[in-house]
Amino acid sequence: MEQPSLHLRIKRVEGISVVEFADRKILEELSIQEIQEELKGVVEAEPGIQLLLDFSNVDHLASAALGALITVHKKIQEQNGELKLCNINRQIYQVFRITRLNRVFDIYDSTDQALAGFGKS
Amino acid sequence: MNVPPDFGVDNDVLTAATLPNSLRQLKQPEGEIMNALRRCRYDSDTIFAIKLAFEEAVTNAVKHGNCNDPDRHVHLRWYVDEQRVVIAVRDEGAGFKVERVPDPTRDENLERPNGRGIMLMQSYMTKVRFNSRGNEVWLLKLNPRRSGTRPSA
Repeated sequence: MEQPSLHLRIKRVEGISVVEFADRKILEELSIQEIQEELKGVVEAEPGIQLLLDFSNVDHLASAALGALITVHKKIQEQNGELKLCNINRQIYQVFRITRLNRVFDIYDSTDQALAGFGKS
Repeated sequence: MNVPPDFGVDNDVLTAATLPNSLRQLKQPEGEIMNALRRCRYDSDTIFAIKLAFEEAVTNAVKHGNCNDPDRHVHLRWYVDEQRVVIAVRDEGAGFKVERVPDPTRDENLERPNGRGIMLMQSYMTKVRFNSRGNEVWLLKLNPRRSGTRPSA
């Protein structure tokens, strides 16, 4: 299932929605708002969604983007879905660690590890 | 506010610019600072840290300090050499008390969507100072590759 999106590339893998970010830098307020709205649209279209966010293309992240991820995460939890993150580079993982959001999000080193983790939590 | 005395530079070495209250307009001085960092051979982790802190500071200034008002301005000052980077960002807002910002890493605040910019600046920079009004932030990052010496004006 492909969906048109400005900031996201979405594909289906074994029933799981895998989302890659089109932008290397998720920094600007307007872009972050648009990404949040696009992700909310994806989540609302499929209650109980299993969503994997692939950060392999991302090399900068603003704190507002972390806020957007938290908002999307809450929405997914409300709908009994699952959210996992993968392929976060070392510098960005440090941002998650400093903010302790590595305790909030389910983060995997690779796409395969993340895909295998769905349905087990 | 003058440069904090423990930042190791004098006021007259700073480059100053006043820009419209727009994140896009602030890309140009950001690019100048990033180019200077590369010329001074800062490593990629340090450049990442400075870029992140700068982005958080100017986002706070444009969005929270200046309330996205297009008639307001952001006032920048900066200095880069092989030992250190000093950046000051001032907005035209009423200011805030940094001590009143909740700690976003406390368990009860972890899932709040806002409030991480200041702690990220403080985590990544060597020193962060606010003026008493709370509408100006000073960032210092020492180059971990070099020992510090005080530049002359």
